[in-house]
Amino acid sequence: MEGLSVVQANLKVYVDPSQSKNLSSAIFRELSALLFKYDDAFDGVLLAYNVHAPENKGRILPGVHPFIAVRLEAKLLVFSPKPDMLLEGKVVKVTEESIHVIVLGFSSAIITDEAIRNEFKYKTKHGQGLYVNRSNRRHLIKAGTMIRFVVKSMNEETLHIYGSLMPANTGSVKILEKFSEHTNTESVTINSTPKKRRSKEKYEVAQITEHGNHYDPSQNHYDPSQNHYDREIKKSRRS
Amino acid sequence: SIALSFLLTSHAAAAITREAERKRRGRRRRRRSISSALLLLNPRLKSFPSRRLIGVPLLLTLGGFITRQVPLPLPSLAASRISFDLPSIGFNFRCVISLMGVEVATNYAKMEEDISLTDSQLVYSFRLALKSVSSGDTESYRRLVDVMNPSGRLAPDEAALLLTSTKALSGAVADIDDLHHEKLLKAIFNLSLWNFGPDVIDALLELIVSLAASNGKHVDSCLDMLVSNFTPPNKVLDMLKQPRGLEKKERVLPRVHAALKNISELVPMAASRLSSIVLEQMPWKSKRNVDQWSMKRQLIYVENMFKLESGAIREFVGANMLKDVMNVLRDLDVAIGWDDILHDDSSKGVFMIELEDENYADGDEDADADGKLPSTLSEKSLSKNLTAELLDSLMVQTFEHLESSVSNKRLSEVFDTLLSSFKDTVLNTYKSKFTQFVMFYACALDPEHCGTEFASELIDMFVGGHNPLTSRMSAVAYLASFLARGKFLPPAFVASYLGRLVDWCWQYCVMHDGDMNPKLHQVFYSGCQAMMYILCFRMRLMVEIPLLKSQLFCMPIDKIFKHKLDPLKVCLPSIVEEFLKQAKAARLFTSSKTFVFEDLLVSNLSRDFGGLERLDMFFPFDPCLLKNADSFIRPNYVYWKYVRTTYHEDIDDDDEEDGSDGEVEGAAEFDDDMEEVIISRSYGDNDLEMDEFDYAMNKMSITPRNNSSAGLRMPSRIRPSMSPESL
Repeated sequence: MEGLSVVQANLKVYVDPSQSKNLSSAIFRELSALLFKYDDAFDGVLLAYNVHAPENKGRILPGVHPFIAVRLEAKLLVFSPKPDMLLEGKVVKVTEESIHVIVLGFSSAIITDEAIRNEFKYKTKHGQGLYVNRSNRRHLIKAGTMIRFVVKSMNEETLHIYGSLMPANTGSVKILEKFSEHTNTESVTINSTPKKRRSKEKYEVAQITEHGNHYDPSQNHYDPSQNHYDREIKKSRRS
Repeated sequence: SIALSFLLTSHAAAAITREAERKRRGRRRRRRSISSALLLLNPRLKSFPSRRLIGVPLLLTLGGFITRQVPLPLPSLAASRISFDLPSIGFNFRCVISLMGVEVATNYAKMEEDISLTDSQLVYSFRLALKSVSSGDTESYRRLVDVMNPSGRLAPDEAALLLTSTKALSGAVADIDDLHHEKLLKAIFNLSLWNFGPDVIDALLELIVSLAASNGKHVDSCLDMLVSNFTPPNKVLDMLKQPRGLEKKERVLPRVHAALKNISELVPMAASRLSSIVLEQMPWKSKRNVDQWSMKRQLIYVENMFKLESGAIREFVGANMLKDVMNVLRDLDVAIGWDDILHDDSSKGVFMIELEDENYADGDEDADADGKLPSTLSEKSLSKNLTAELLDSLMVQTFEHLESSVSNKRLSEVFDTLLSSFKDTVLNTYKSKFTQFVMFYACALDPEHCGTEFASELIDMFVGGHNPLTSRMSAVAYLASFLARGKFLPPAFVASYLGRLVDWCWQYCVMHDGDMNPKLHQVFYSGCQAMMYILCFRMRLMVEIPLLKSQLFCMPIDKIFKHKLDPLKVCLPSIVEEFLKQAKAARLFTSSKTFVFEDLLVSNLSRDFGGLERLDMFFPFDPCLLKNADSFIRPNYVYWKYVRTTYHEDIDDDDEEDGSDGEVEGAAEFDDDMEEVIISRSYGDNDLEMDEFDYAMNKMSITPRNNSSAGLRMPSRIRPSMSPESL
């Protein structure tokens, strides 16, 4: 999942003098007021912050209302989806005209039928709507599925994302992961010699099942502690 | 014109065949349409048609179709694209042709076979119509707007049309743009769900939810629309209490709340917007007059707020709903004016009745009472006061909500919110009259948890030196009144908090070894007065239980009162007097000095310590004057009337009395010039509606026993917290 990044920020928080007794709680309150809102400065939505030891002092600004300006450093988790980024979200509603997704639990995304590739066909089963991939009958998108989609645009005020399922690498995450895993191991076996291949095949088969267990259908790809985010963070650090 | 006639005939033929093929509802309609279509097939038309010839059949067709409803737009039909102008006939032929063509299409759309195909076709045509607006073709769009703007009562086919259009529109929401489709959006958001049947309501709500989910810009308006449907239109408002109104309420409100829940599931951030929208749309805001309409609207609105508080999305909006309701109660409370009641008439004691009623009834000219009567707050005047009535009904609603919270096992979280709201607002509201009874009732429902929390918060606020002065004094006044009046509070509970209070006062004495100074030691004097007030009510009870008696006697009470700071001189004289009497009788404390108060209610010194806000005379839990609310409070309330004091001997010794319900016997021993107030709602009796005059007449007798059957209304007059039951 793209769009998440950890940034190091130098912030200046203006604290009301009445809060001067308890600076740290005032600072946390100020920062918490920024959460889940789009901020121009960060160019994204602030999701979490980690403040390192705020100083217990700050300069008093002159003026009618003498605020105290406290400098601090913070690590911020920022979500800034840009067009053509891949995002993952949970499907909450499927209709013939749209798929409604919730990303990271707070941002709602919509994928209209014009943005869904023709591979997917809408069907109704047991009163529920779902999209079935014509080439792979197992590839389903229904309420509760985690899907990966591409960002078309985002409304910063309302944190509403317009997505698209046109590219081939979008769809149900479970199926995509299985598919990519399968292709990875397959490519390895192709290069080996026939004798070794057989043994490698066995080995590969074993690996696939192992990984098959790893990609458990019940696993929620969303836990913040999971790999995806760590990867992202490492990536950003490198960049 | 040949092309025209060909088109006309082909359409007419198509219409006829379709009509003939299927079963239609009305034979008359079929006949009419067929006949008008047949006219078009007039052989004369096939040949070169003159204008008149075209005109006449078209007229007939028009006549035939105009009697029907506005048809659905289906621009895909060729007919709608015909444009020609025959101004001599004076019709807008384009309109006519499209009407014709579209009417045919409507019929097609309503065919019973092949519904699923029709649905998606319909959706597709709607989307086309919406998209075509930006390119300038607004015909079908305008018709759609008309459909969504129903007026008056809907005929069944109009309702069906609205239903179908709404369902189709739900599928086309992605193409609704706030720029081009402003009129349509406005029409949708102006709809009142109370006018429609259940299936139309369901379809409309589905549309609203889809609209909110499709575009973040619409979320606010969708929420606005749902919240505005919390209150019905005036016609329904009138009959809300009747079965028909109730049925409508049951039809609409649960669906609206379900829609709110659906929106927050699809758009998580919507829930955070909801609280502010609910607050904005409140029917009654402070500084406004209350009239019958706004009262009814406010009542049903608050009912909805409570539904939100206990509903599916309560974790997002619940706390704010409770706080907003408390703010409304407080605003109404403040709006009920005390109206120049505060005359410093010192002829009455805190525990004595108001003699004004008597004077009023007799017409006696009494120096004190003269000229101040009409504006005093009395129950009679309150009953005519709509603001008070609204506050009364809202408080009853709140009490009922608290009761339902108990059954849902949610009282503790509700109470937490109430307590924080109380601390923020009611505690510091200048002389809040009735709002605090919400806390009282909540504690009555759960004395162990809520009562303890409330008392602890108050005492912590009092002893916390960093709190503002008035808050501390206010808090201790609340504590004193609460401990004195809560029938549900066990004596041991009262004793423990009294102990803390006494300890604090003694510590203060030790630390501040100064002389009497009302202004400097305000907090101390208010603490002492609170002590005395609690003991006036509870001394007898505590003395009767040996453990508590020993606790009481161990407290440094006499040391405090004998200290240089001299609280007995500063505190409210009537309270001091009563306390001394009781303390002497219980042999708890005897003052060496004699205090001659001359029945003073207040003294200059008490005024000094009370400060500008007269917190020396603030007894927040004095009897509640709001009739309906009081009926909830009454079973849990201690009336001064029934308090057994230590200086009264029990008349019936062998009576088994549960200490909480005081008997009346004490009253007989009162001094003659202390007329006892007849407390309304003596337990076990019913409320009797009484004329104020009769009531006053009855009050004149000294022995309340004779009047046990009468005077069962709330005492008519009250001074702000002057006497506990001066009412």
